[in-house]
Amino acid sequence: MYFEYKVVGGDFTIAGVASSQVKKTLKQLGIDSSIIKRVVVALYEAEVNVVAHAYEGVIYVDIKGDGIKLKVEDKGPGIPDVSLAMTKGFSTASSSVREMGFGAGMGLPNISDNADSFRIETVVDKGTTLHIEIKFH
Amino acid sequence: MQIELIYNRALHISRDICIGCSHCIKVCPTEALRVSGGKAGIHADWCIDCGECYRVCPTRAIRVMDDDFKDIFKFKHRVLLVPSIFFAQFEDAVSRKTIYDIIGELGFTEVCAVEQSIDTLIDEINHYVKRAQEPVISSFCPAVVRLIQVRFPSLIDNIMKLLPPIEITAQYYKKRFERDSIDERDYGIFYLTPCIGKIAAVKSPVGGYTSPINGVINMDFFFNKVYLAYKQKVPITTSIRVNSAISSKGVLYPTTGGESKHVEGNTLAIDGMNNVIDFLEKLENEEIKNVDFLEIRACDESCAGGILCYRNRFLAAQTLREFAAQMPDKHHLIHDYKYTCSAIVHMDKIEPRSMVKYDRNIDIAIEKMENARRLKKLLPGIDCGACGAPSCEALAEDIVRGQAKVNDCIFLRTILEKRGEISIEEAIEIMESIWGAERFNN
Repeated sequence: MYFEYKVVGGDFTIAGVASSQVKKTLKQLGIDSSIIKRVVVALYEAEVNVVAHAYEGVIYVDIKGDGIKLKVEDKGPGIPDVSLAMTKGFSTASSSVREMGFGAGMGLPNISDNADSFRIETVVDKGTTLHIEIKFH
Repeated sequence: MQIELIYNRALHISRDICIGCSHCIKVCPTEALRVSGGKAGIHADWCIDCGECYRVCPTRAIRVMDDDFKDIFKFKHRVLLVPSIFFAQFEDAVSRKTIYDIIGELGFTEVCAVEQSIDTLIDEINHYVKRAQEPVISSFCPAVVRLIQVRFPSLIDNIMKLLPPIEITAQYYKKRFERDSIDERDYGIFYLTPCIGKIAAVKSPVGGYTSPINGVINMDFFFNKVYLAYKQKVPITTSIRVNSAISSKGVLYPTTGGESKHVEGNTLAIDGMNNVIDFLEKLENEEIKNVDFLEIRACDESCAGGILCYRNRFLAAQTLREFAAQMPDKHHLIHDYKYTCSAIVHMDKIEPRSMVKYDRNIDIAIEKMENARRLKKLLPGIDCGACGAPSCEALAEDIVRGQAKVNDCIFLRTILEKRGEISIEEAIEIMESIWGAERFNN
């Protein structure tokens, strides 16, 4: 089952729409709540990342019987140093983003912690694509 | 067995009285109601006993499955546990003494304040919150506990595993009767409830617990009885034992913020079903951080807005605040409660109640869900409810489950008629099957 969600950079008021929709779908499918939680946390972090750092993005969701694949593709500044971005507590978020409660530098590590498989493709000044997989069993 | 099955749900729809107006299907937070054959029906597995449907029913077809009042006379000692909100239903001119006397005249031998156990419970909560997974969600409101079981199962472990105040007070009475060597068959503990959820909570409690409460009395019904006796100046011929010990904390506990303000750390109080759902969604997404304790109540203005309350919720809450201002911080039974109840305030793990929408087999569930998504695109998306379901999405799900048909949709039906694929007679037949034939006779 496929879903697609558009994400707009800078609009925090709608960040979380995709993760809420995916959550609803997984609940209706009767997926274990601890797995749903991991999916939602990972996807929400990814969604907020796009809003905070990129100009725009698309979230592709593919749900099958054995698990969920998420592809979060954005047009944005890209990540110059991926290993630094994967360090807990490291953040490039501006102070105005931090004031809204985001940008604590936990985004990418948190996604990675909740995923069974996690891969980043990034090109500076072009954008970033995250591949996240979480299995149901 | 039969009785137990009935009591699993505190709500019952009388088919004789229901006019199939569909008001109820729109307000149900779990979309558990449908109209068919001109009558509303309830999907029992999905019902959380919040009573939102009861609130909007214009004909009072939705009934509360409370106990028969006459049952109290099966016992020699008849205790009524009265919530502080009950006294706030009366105009200020009606004194507590008068209300107690009438309760005695109606048949009870003793009255006690439900919130007598609050002071002990607050100590337990503060102890509990320090060691539990945060944020701790209060177990006070039974509709919220059931909402979490059905719609937010990932938050189940956050529900505080401490008994609600009514159960602690009831346990105290049970222990007190035991201490006085009174036979179990001789005393009856009754609870006067301002809400439907608490009826279900007493009849089928969560967390591996059996309630000592013998019966639940509907506050709406009992208020009428007491107020009528007051208006008719019924002579008082009996005397009642009054155990009115309560602190100001106890009086205000059922109001919004009455619980959270006594808990140490970062706390929040949320009331009203829509606010509660919105907040729990965010909490489940882990968007909310650094909160230690959450007081969450299904009714707007908490128990002052209870389904079975008579008086305006804001006036009732104000009366409680005024009364609390006259009450002391402590009462003389606090130590006795602590001694008697601290061993029994804990409950076991609460189980989720999954709402299987499509199928237990995930591959079949995904296939059915895709069908429902395709169907939803065909439907007009205006959630008119003319099909008997609360929304186009709910109709699409019902169709996939085999519980409804595509041409139940009034818009698609009209298009099919225009194309000549169904006759006007068939269209009318479908309309009558949903809304009942009789209503179109006049």
